[in-house]
Amino acid sequence: MKWQLVRQEAGPLRVILISLAAVLAALSVTAFIFQAYGQPPLHAYQEIIKGTFGDFRGFSEVLRKSIPLLLCGVGLVLAFKAQFWNIGAEGQILAGAVAASGVALFSHLPSPLMLPAMFLAGFLAGGLWGFLPAFLKIRLGVNEIITTLMMNYIAIYITLWLINGPWKGQSMRGFARSDQFDKSAWLPTLTGTRLHYPTLILAILLVILITVLLLRSKLGFEIRIMGQSPSAAHYAGINFFSTTILLMLISGGAAGLAGVGEVAGILHRLDHPSAISQGYGYTAIIVALLARGQPPATIITALFLGFIFASGDVMKAVLRMPFQITGVISGLVLFFIICAEPLMHYRLRRVPKEIPLKAVKGDA
Amino acid sequence: MESWDSWLISTFARALAFSTPLLWAALGEIYAERSGVVNLGVEGMMIIAAIIAFATAFGTGSILLALTLAALVAGLAALLHAFISITLQGNQYISGLALTILGLGLAGLIGRGYEGKPLKNPMESIDVPLLADIPILGPALFQDQHLLTYLGLIVAVILWFVLYKSRLGLVLRSVGENPKAADSAGINVSLVRYGAVIFGGIMAGVAGAFLSLAYRPSWSEGMTAGMGWIALAITIFALWHPLRAIFASVLFGAFFHLSFRLQGLVLGFFCQSDAGWQFATLSKQGDASAAICQSSLTFSAEILKLLPYVFTIIALTLTSLSKGKGAFGAPEALGLPYQRSKR
Repeated sequence: MKWQLVRQEAGPLRVILISLAAVLAALSVTAFIFQAYGQPPLHAYQEIIKGTFGDFRGFSEVLRKSIPLLLCGVGLVLAFKAQFWNIGAEGQILAGAVAASGVALFSHLPSPLMLPAMFLAGFLAGGLWGFLPAFLKIRLGVNEIITTLMMNYIAIYITLWLINGPWKGQSMRGFARSDQFDKSAWLPTLTGTRLHYPTLILAILLVILITVLLLRSKLGFEIRIMGQSPSAAHYAGINFFSTTILLMLISGGAAGLAGVGEVAGILHRLDHPSAISQGYGYTAIIVALLARGQPPATIITALFLGFIFASGDVMKAVLRMPFQITGVISGLVLFFIICAEPLMHYRLRRVPKEIPLKAVKGDA
Repeated sequence: MESWDSWLISTFARALAFSTPLLWAALGEIYAERSGVVNLGVEGMMIIAAIIAFATAFGTGSILLALTLAALVAGLAALLHAFISITLQGNQYISGLALTILGLGLAGLIGRGYEGKPLKNPMESIDVPLLADIPILGPALFQDQHLLTYLGLIVAVILWFVLYKSRLGLVLRSVGENPKAADSAGINVSLVRYGAVIFGGIMAGVAGAFLSLAYRPSWSEGMTAGMGWIALAITIFALWHPLRAIFASVLFGAFFHLSFRLQGLVLGFFCQSDAGWQFATLSKQGDASAAICQSSLTFSAEILKLLPYVFTIIALTLTSLSKGKGAFGAPEALGLPYQRSKR
């Protein structure tokens, strides 16, 4: 008998267990950071749990932060499935927020039409922000990782320009913000919380929609083939151009919706880019990767990273630690996940000693 | 108001300074990618190096120690990436992204107490003897620059020579183009890739340290402002060639610098005269001074700041256009892990 490494796709239970182990490993490393900040780790974890799951208000913050992560994350699942590396969800969020703010500030639509129009505008703007990199990638082969990322910076500065210049609010006493939206452009929230539940419902509907799209539609089939084997996709006559454009419109549009949720549900004005998104677009990459190409799984992974973000606020308020610690935890989770990857694809197996060829022939 | 020619000269001098971190980081990435490994963690390595360098220089006063530690830490970060992409054969894109997210987070955490504090002993700038006295060229290229700026140019030439004229360069290129053949020829593919990736990290470390020790001797969160990503774009724009990277870095450096420099530059004035409201350009300011000039026309700071990123997209698009669809001159095995057993 001897040991051999065999390539084998892991079953769902194995994937979940390994992912959990990776997450736990990341959280254990974080203990050292707490220690370095003079916070006993156990006490820190206790405070975090108390602040996030201790009461409904804390938990509503977890849910609230999961909303943009879920919207962006499920869109990214779609993009990553086709091997399109969309790193631009952050900019797509801002594009959505800007478009929705434009509608809220200047359209004067009647009340029942206002919010739907904002969501529509946000979806289109986010999709448009994803369109250019997709177009350049498919038509000219321009690296989409860099273009989507550059689009993030462009969105940040356009937002800054708007709030410092043309859209600067009259009533904001010199602060770089737009005027407050009319009440008709405010999303309702659960009483006593900042949980803008219509966006949450929208996000869950989108998850269902994308699940069905991926498994049951022609577009979903094409996306899966494109991701698994581009050459096979060519032979099958799949139109790379229209498929990629369409998928990026959806992926970017989903992120755009997240931006609408933030301005209509929380801020009620166009604000500084870092107030609109605390880096949800980048963290959504982790949401999508943890979900391993399964749209429904993003509900769980977005909740987990929403919990990390909400913990960031708790750590800042209660433990007096900088919010940046969430970036550290997110990065660590990503590292451990990728380190655990070989465990998912390979298995150590005991195999019998090879039987000499002669003996086999002799038997025959 | 300074005169136009002195404005141009100083703009060129500052653009050269700005191109320095871009060049160092891009040269490192060129070597890493030439060996077949993409490292999207340049931004993360740069910013972690920037804060390590600043904190060290702030605490000890030693610039050399700060530079060394920054390069070391960035090299270690690259080692992590090398381990994941070469030994574990993980996804290089994800590993690099993780490095960037982690680097930005850690740097923000460490840098918390250093925000807004000036460095009392920044890296000294130098005048090149003799050359600095040449009219126009002297002030534009050889005055008040940092040693690392010239060192970067020299390193670029050396790296070009090594890549194309030495056995080491041949080994590096063959590993990136066809690892299977290189392996058959007795080359240790993993070792070469480890070396190239770690070298890339050290170079990104120097780039980050330059920012916080020399270019703007201070620390502010997110001070790399996407420069690591621009370095990745320069790698492609320069077609993985060290000498073309010089040209590309100066070009991008100029754009970055101009985006600061043009802020507040007055393009003209709106003046009230007998003929009513008039727009007077700068050259006609003399004529207009008789009239009452009120508001001035300037570029918006935010719009100027987004130009380098727009330019990056345009530059990459032009690169693709000139090279034809798909064919970039990228190393053949770029981004692909090499499995020895598959031989």
